[in-house]
Amino acid sequence: MSDTTQNGPMRAADGTPLKKSLARALRRQKLRALALIAPLLIFVLVTFIAPIADMLFRSVQNDIVADTLPRTVVALKDWDSTSGESPGEEVFSALAVDFQAAAEQKIHTKLGSRLNYENPGISSLFRKTGRGAEDIGDAFMDQFVDANAAWKDSETWAGLMGSDEWLAEQAEWVAAKAEGVKEPKFRLRDGIADALPRTSSTYATFARDTQSGTKSLVKTKPWPVFFVALAQDLATASPEVIASVSGDGAALLQEAAATAAGFEPFDYKAAFTDIDKGWDNVGNWITVQSYSARYTPGYFLNAVDLEKSPDGIQARPEQQQIYIKLFVRTMWMSMLITGCCLLLGYPVAWILANLRASTANVLMILVLLPFWTSLLVRTSAWKVLLQQQGVINDILVWLGLVDDGNRLVMINNQFGTIVAMTHILLPFMILPLYSVMKTVPPAYLRAAKSLGATPWTAFWRVYFPQSVPGIGAGSILCFILAIGYYITPELVGGTQGVFISNRIAFHISSSLNWGLAAALGTILLGAVLLLYYVYDKIVGIDNVKLG
Amino acid sequence: MKDTSTGGNAAFVEFEHVQKSYDGETLVVKDLNLSIAKGEFLTMLGPSGSGKTTCLMMLAGFETATHGEIKLDGRPINNIPPHKRGIGMVFQNYALFPHMTVAENLAFPLEVRNIGKSDREEKVKRALDMVQMGAFGGRRPAQLSGGQQQRIALARALVFEPELVLMDEPLGALDKQLREHMQFEITRLAHNLGITTVYVTHDQTEALTMSDNVAVFDDGRIQQLAPPDVLYEEPANSFVAQFIGENNTLLGTVKEIKGDVAVVQLDDGELIDCKPVNVSKPGERTRVSIRPERVEFNKARLQQGAHTLKAEVLEFIYMGDIFRTRLRVAGNEEFVVKTRNAPDQVRLQPGQEIEIGWLPQDCRALDA
Ligand SMILES: Nc1ncnc2c1ncn2[C@@H]1O[C@H](COP(=O)(O)OP(=O)(O)O)[C@@H](O)[C@H]1O
Ligand SMILES: [Mg+2]
Repeated sequence: MSDTTQNGPMRAADGTPLKKSLARALRRQKLRALALIAPLLIFVLVTFIAPIADMLFRSVQNDIVADTLPRTVVALKDWDSTSGESPGEEVFSALAVDFQAAAEQKIHTKLGSRLNYENPGISSLFRKTGRGAEDIGDAFMDQFVDANAAWKDSETWAGLMGSDEWLAEQAEWVAAKAEGVKEPKFRLRDGIADALPRTSSTYATFARDTQSGTKSLVKTKPWPVFFVALAQDLATASPEVIASVSGDGAALLQEAAATAAGFEPFDYKAAFTDIDKGWDNVGNWITVQSYSARYTPGYFLNAVDLEKSPDGIQARPEQQQIYIKLFVRTMWMSMLITGCCLLLGYPVAWILANLRASTANVLMILVLLPFWTSLLVRTSAWKVLLQQQGVINDILVWLGLVDDGNRLVMINNQFGTIVAMTHILLPFMILPLYSVMKTVPPAYLRAAKSLGATPWTAFWRVYFPQSVPGIGAGSILCFILAIGYYITPELVGGTQGVFISNRIAFHISSSLNWGLAAALGTILLGAVLLLYYVYDKIVGIDNVKLG
Repeated sequence: MKDTSTGGNAAFVEFEHVQKSYDGETLVVKDLNLSIAKGEFLTMLGPSGSGKTTCLMMLAGFETATHGEIKLDGRPINNIPPHKRGIGMVFQNYALFPHMTVAENLAFPLEVRNIGKSDREEKVKRALDMVQMGAFGGRRPAQLSGGQQQRIALARALVFEPELVLMDEPLGALDKQLREHMQFEITRLAHNLGITTVYVTHDQTEALTMSDNVAVFDDGRIQQLAPPDVLYEEPANSFVAQFIGENNTLLGTVKEIKGDVAVVQLDDGELIDCKPVNVSKPGERTRVSIRPERVEFNKARLQQGAHTLKAEVLEFIYMGDIFRTRLRVAGNEEFVVKTRNAPDQVRLQPGQEIEIGWLPQDCRALDA
């Protein structure tokens, strides 16, 4: 090691080891440098790293099922999807409460759309059920209310379920009528959870949902499912337990127990299948169960044309397989476009680099001119040129090269995309090539010729290798821009010439399947990183020069 | 030095009335006539912009002559492309190919000539040994010092055994010591291998120490073509006298020309005897040139009957091996005398009044 001599480590003037004092001096420098770039660093983090991280997260995130149907998800854990039968009463009773809560907040349709990505058609089941589920238990409610009209009132329920302290606080809050102060947070009465387990947990859900808004518990109509839960609780609980319930509602409860004794047992499953037969369908339940986890590989599977099924992961049906095809197309078309840019751009860059400065500047403006024109205008110009009644076809017909009846189809297909994209990306190839070629002195070519090389050998053996860093930079730039492009393919690509980014854009703005869009984006990002790695292995990333 | 006479040998390289214009308005090279014998080391010397590189480029084939003919070994080469001329070339910044190793650089001219691999390796090794760089074959040019790069460039220009080598200010980027060493190496190699060399420089010492013949360029013309000693001692005109070495000038008018003596009246009225070089008749303005080391002020050493002038010492500079004394002579305050630092040498004091003199043949009456 260079820091050790025969007498041990080298020391600075004050006796500290040289390595340490050097590290200290460097650290101060580094900190100062870091402070200088801090604003930029934060900006980059916020505008660049954060969105990418968010995208990566969204591609696996799947909270919506567990958030919308919390009870159902828990109850469904024990359901065996291979049994061939839809789940039992327990799951359906959980579903009834979840649906009641979800319909109240109108979030069941969102869940329906989410699950529709995985199981087309399921969204109508959710929509229809949302309307019907609010009426589940109506018959029981009517019977209870017939027996005692007090059951209709929300105060009755609050008095029965709420703890005495909460009721006191609540009364105070009502008396004060203070603006902007929320109703005291609901607390269950002691012992009620043991006495009436179903009712109290349903009510607790009701209380939580209601209070999360600005509504008051005593002003919100009770859910019909309360009455089903109450009837079931009363049917199973012993009279002593019911008698142990304290508070104002105790007497009412005793009376209700007598009323409920005559009720038919309630069948949740039948109630749901009455609303829509879909609830008896095992496939629908498999979808709900498969996507009940908070993180899911589903979007990624979908993005590579696979799906989850009871038999494990398998390919999607033929007509639904689109993404792999699109990825492959995006890749090869981007490579072709990059190749076209290189073929066209190399000679241009060479001419620019070898002309007199004044002439080169004028030509450079021509190269940059496209940047001054809107992308839309440039792309639309190609429409005008390439379409069947367009300029090029007209000329070909006029020249007699093409029959008027058989005009060439040059737009709304892959050809159109390749032509328009090559045109748009050309400057991104020319600029790095030009700046690299500018640094290659003409003396090299002369030297090669003086050594006996023909002009072609001189170019190929001497000039070309030195322009490789520019080719690398230009190709990476063009390729990465190409695989992410979507406006141009959208406008001139038709159905055969669109890229994966058009699908991503579709899922972000039209189908609103952001998770799938994120998964597709993540795969695209991974592909780019992989290509970058391969490039680094083959050519070496040091061999990329932008100027 | 080799035999410097060029007269007997048939010319190997010939420029005949060559002219060159880049823009169609000004001639960069005006009527160049030059012949170089086989094995000769010719240097083109001249200030920057005088057209030296242009001449070299025309010879190499990278520029075409606007008018006139260039012949190589008796054949006109105007229409032969550069890669077929077989001329070795060393560029100012060496132009070593940065993406190839030293050995690959040297093998390049052999490869393009389709020379077999074993032959190639043999020749590359010999060329590297020739410039004492045998151990550096595997390095990249960027890993070499300036002097080493210079040697490689030289080896590369010689490895395919050309008969003619062109060098355009090859030592311009080196420091003084290295430059002197390389000057020696280049002349040694050129003479050992017997190749014809055209060397371009703007450094007169380089030109004088290396060449068989020096062509002094100015304004697109050869001002004088002569061996170094002739060039220094017998400059043909005042440009050459000024450009080569240090020179004192005195302005005057020719009074009389008698055989090989011209009587010149200096501007302060003094009459002196000179050797007429390019003055022809009385009344002509002339610039009289005397080398500083040919001026004598020690009375005892002055030749009998030598003409003397009054001079005042302005400055005395001690330079180690020599003393440099600046004088005012006939109104010229830049008149310099150089004397050897010998034990009996007088050290003049500023303000001293002295008498100076010189031999008439050392004092040349040139164009004004
Ligand atoms: N490629 C060129 N185009 C136009 N003018 C040039 C070119 N090369 C050289 N010149 C001009 O020709 C003159 C001679 O240049 P050059 O031969 O390079 O001189 P030297 O090598 O003696 O310094 C200069 O005035 C220079 O400006
Ligand atoms: Mg030059």
